[in-house]
Amino acid sequence: MHEMSLAEGILQVLEDSARRQSFERVKTVWLEIGALANVEVESLRFCFDAVVRDSIAAGASLEILERPGQAWCHPCGRAVTVRALYEPCPQCAGYQLQVTGGTEMRVKEVEVE
Amino acid sequence: MCTVCGCGEGEARIEGHAHDHDHPHHHHDGHHAHHHEHDAHDLHFGAGPARAHVPGLSQQRMVQIEQDILGKNDRYAAANRRRFAEHGIFALNLVSSPGAGKTTLLTGTIERLRGRMPLAVIEGDQQTANDAERIRATGAPAVQINTGKGCHLDAHMVGHALERLALADERLLLIENVGNLVCPAAFDLGEHHKVVILSVTEGEDKPLKYPDMFHAADLLVLNKIDLLPHLRFDVARCIEYARRVKPDIGVLQVSATSGEGMDEWIGWVESGMRAASAARRGVVDGLQRRIAELEAELAALKGRAGEAG
Repeated sequence: MHEMSLAEGILQVLEDSARRQSFERVKTVWLEIGALANVEVESLRFCFDAVVRDSIAAGASLEILERPGQAWCHPCGRAVTVRALYEPCPQCAGYQLQVTGGTEMRVKEVEVE
Repeated sequence: MCTVCGCGEGEARIEGHAHDHDHPHHHHDGHHAHHHEHDAHDLHFGAGPARAHVPGLSQQRMVQIEQDILGKNDRYAAANRRRFAEHGIFALNLVSSPGAGKTTLLTGTIERLRGRMPLAVIEGDQQTANDAERIRATGAPAVQINTGKGCHLDAHMVGHALERLALADERLLLIENVGNLVCPAAFDLGEHHKVVILSVTEGEDKPLKYPDMFHAADLLVLNKIDLLPHLRFDVARCIEYARRVKPDIGVLQVSATSGEGMDEWIGWVESGMRAASAARRGVVDGLQRRIAELEAELAALKGRAGEAG
């Protein structure tokens, strides 16, 4: 949705961590991105490359750890996996779902030097 | 750098009396671009070199790109939310596509609440102060935020607008977001509810096309229903689509122009306002009871100390 904003957010996280944990270069960044976070991964990669140019993360590679969308189905009384917010429960085909996971957008780990 | 929130120099375009706002804001030092011809209440973001705005970053770093930061946004949103709770302010974040009738709904709401409920408005648009001027013409205080190239309001901008509004306790705050059904979904402003406004001149499948916004909203206001006789818009299907995405979303059908359904909308706003006021009074009463208890304990201790001495 706003992948340029997210890429900047990532760089901010990296720069804050670099100050606190005394590193000067970031080589690899692992991100956790939920299936329901509405993030276009290819667009995020494109933006990230542009954003980190001339920064401590210039040329860093971006690794995406995709997290499944999870919801609680009230009629079924169980947790189910969904791929989009408008998808029905895969068991009962109903829409009485409460999203419980898969909306994360998080910097998980970085490889630094 | 701003000593209150840490925002960088040159981001905010703050007009007129903004220079005397109530924290030492080094945005105003020396040469800056804070002057322009609009009204003295408005904020302009994103007029720097990159014409983009990011809470907490300097313009120098924004030369190539537009930027934003969700983690920071969430911290600013939490601060706004605390402020709303402390002051009993009921804040609504109104989101829609451009042209769904947000501003007309707002002016209709203000007219109906005149004399019944004090309120203020924050208007978000990429450019112009036209909407804030429309609101101020009704007599309500309004601050315009211009986001520049930004496609949404963020919590940091709203925090600055709150300083400008200097709201008294127990007020309704209506925040009209930038017309956009995508990005504002992800940016918490600290509001009580997001209210999504969909007009019946749009497609009834918009809840499926833009599911994030309908998922983020607590209330769907279906606007312009006076036009239904001229359209092939299936209201029931639209509501069914919205509830696929958000099973417990509330739905109100209104026409801000004809006034149909506006009483229900006003009733919904008033009940939220009452709850926000009651919550604040509950906190204040609780604190006052605690103070009374502590004073009683102190008096008892003093009494005992007197007896002992």
